[in-house]
Amino acid sequence: MGRRVTRQEFLLMSAGAGFVLAGCGGGPEENPAVQQQAGAGSGKQYNGPKVKLSFWNGFTGGDGDYMLRMVKQFSSQEKNIDVTMNTIQWPDYYQKVPAAVSSGEGPDVGIMHIDTVATNAARQVILPLDDVANALNLKKSDFFPVVWDAGIYNGHRYGIPLDVHPYALFYNKDVMEKGGLDPDKPPQTKDEYMAALDQLKDKGIQGFWVPSVAPDVTWLFETLLYQNGGELYNDAVTEATWNSDAGVDALTWMVDLIKEGYSPKNVGALAEQVAFQNNKNAFYWSGIWNILTFRDAGVNFGAGPLPQIGSEKGAWANSHNFVIMNKQDQDPNKIAASKFFISWVSRNSAEWAKAGQVPARNSVRESSAFQSLEPQSKIAQELPYVRFPPSVPGIDAVVPAALDPATNEAVLLKKDPEAALDEAASQAKQILKENRQKYQA
Amino acid sequence: MATQNVRRTEVQTSTRKILGVGGRKPTDASLLTPYLFMAPYLVLFGVFILVPGFYGIWISLHNWDYLLPGKPWVGLQNYVDLFTPGSVTFEPFWQSMDATGKFTLYSVPLLVVVPLLVALVLNQEFRGRNFFRTVYFAPYVLGVAVIGILWRYLLDANVGLVNYYLGQLGLPDNIPWTNELPWAWVALVGPTVWWTLGFNTVIYLAGLQDIDPALYDAAKVDGANRWRRFLHVTLPGLRPILLFVITVTILLSANVFGQPYIITNGDPGDETRSAIMYIAEEGLKNFNMGSAAAMSYVLALFLAVISVANFALFRYRGD
Repeated sequence: MGRRVTRQEFLLMSAGAGFVLAGCGGGPEENPAVQQQAGAGSGKQYNGPKVKLSFWNGFTGGDGDYMLRMVKQFSSQEKNIDVTMNTIQWPDYYQKVPAAVSSGEGPDVGIMHIDTVATNAARQVILPLDDVANALNLKKSDFFPVVWDAGIYNGHRYGIPLDVHPYALFYNKDVMEKGGLDPDKPPQTKDEYMAALDQLKDKGIQGFWVPSVAPDVTWLFETLLYQNGGELYNDAVTEATWNSDAGVDALTWMVDLIKEGYSPKNVGALAEQVAFQNNKNAFYWSGIWNILTFRDAGVNFGAGPLPQIGSEKGAWANSHNFVIMNKQDQDPNKIAASKFFISWVSRNSAEWAKAGQVPARNSVRESSAFQSLEPQSKIAQELPYVRFPPSVPGIDAVVPAALDPATNEAVLLKKDPEAALDEAASQAKQILKENRQKYQA
Repeated sequence: MATQNVRRTEVQTSTRKILGVGGRKPTDASLLTPYLFMAPYLVLFGVFILVPGFYGIWISLHNWDYLLPGKPWVGLQNYVDLFTPGSVTFEPFWQSMDATGKFTLYSVPLLVVVPLLVALVLNQEFRGRNFFRTVYFAPYVLGVAVIGILWRYLLDANVGLVNYYLGQLGLPDNIPWTNELPWAWVALVGPTVWWTLGFNTVIYLAGLQDIDPALYDAAKVDGANRWRRFLHVTLPGLRPILLFVITVTILLSANVFGQPYIITNGDPGDETRSAIMYIAEEGLKNFNMGSAAAMSYVLALFLAVISVANFALFRYRGD
């Protein structure tokens, strides 16, 4: 993971940051982000003058209300920091933030998914936060290593993890009962899972709607790939390895579920979710963020760790990370206030867990406040085996461009799984090569 | 005839004045006047069309990411890639051009003919005419996101209302409208026609009302039946309107983005991903703005050729 920043270097950087920030009027282009740490303030408290912070994120679902509540609580508690929150749909967010930041109009603080951190670091949209982590005394041991390490790019930390949101098994209790299954005993092994699907099938219920539309179809595939012991990329991240036996088996399993009638054909965008809500679908593998949606819809459901279909446990996951934007003419007071805000939310992330997330921070996850949260605390058991893509710039674009069409066509029974994955892998190789040239990594 | 000649002379004189050819020497003010009147538009046109247009060519000659310090000059490489089988952009780009072409091919004839029929009906005198005019125009005021999500759910293969009602009628109830060909084209073209036919209808209505009723009377006197009157009076009278409608409809269809983005997600595979969808992905999501710009110019070139052909086809006879 590159070289550690020594204590002296860190002190020098922190001291220098103020000058760099005050001195450079130029855009991010003339400010190689690596030279400037976010600097200013310890993050433990804020003693500066009154500042306004702008905080952008993409929490457009029910989760947005929880974040807003936390922001309001923070702003009323801290008289000198006024945080305004702006919510933009994630796809638009990732287009708007870089443009806004480069024109100096962007937010001070933002949230980014862990697989986009490297890209935004390389594009100098966000600032390194090594000193924030140091000042806040955040260590690898405070988090799960996989979450903590994924926020590092080029030897520097860019993201402070807020939560992890893994794939989980949602089971519709009404449908399970209709199929004569025990609604309190969701299947946990491949045998149990297939037995349950068989039993549902006998009652005329297609129990596991396999999605066909990206990203859902690919996230399910990635989960099964990990469970079969596969990986998305080789260690050097020069090639996609999803066309390994592990990958072919994973996709074939999905396709066979459809061929054998456990799932309808041609499941449209989020139709599997609609079917689950309408008591037509028994098992829904999806992100933990669905908890609020199903609760609001009044579905009689449970959620817990995914069944293990392959040789090991595995689950697709992503993670929301706090980032500080690389704005021109950055005000050191705002940076200090931003750090304090991040550390406050991080410490109080048990509240955030109520929005259906698993806090990234061990202390919060182990707290009784979180342990009593169902089903979040059960799903948190998956954390030791979640995986993220490697921290390489441009990696977030590879799967949508190459893998998504392949999983889609295979599940629509238009292409043989192996052929589809092979083709996707050779396309990914070209994109990875282009990315290396572009970001000169 | 006489009045026309007089007018032409007037025009010629004023043109000469402006150009400063012959006649009296024009004053400064008269020289500037027409340009001043055009200035507000020209400023907007320059800032938002002309300058970005040329800047885009410059961008297309680089590997351009606006946030990366290095924007290496690559000359025509981005264009060469688009015409080199096996390059990263070749297959997806031409696939998306193909999808755009198909969408245009399927939607334009419907969007030219159906609104014309609707306009002919709505041009008759009958009770509730204004109500129906509103009804046909109404969907047009909705945004593409609204109609997109609406139809995505209506047309869903397993949970959609369309398949449900087909089943109630004893027809197949499992048609994969949004994720299988050729159904996906129906799912894209159908809602588009429903959504935008009101606009073309209004244009046609305006055109129909511009046709001199005396011409119809004369045709009737000559013994022309309804069909002959349509063929020899209505259609020629609508010629300039048809040119406008066809040109605009082709351009709008070729720029299709929202419908495949929302209704089919470009599925199956990339088969319904339109050119604009791919260009937006390449430029705004993957930040390969150089190659995205190159693609835009290739697309623009195609559209320019089609538009010119269209104008040539519909040119006034004898003009």
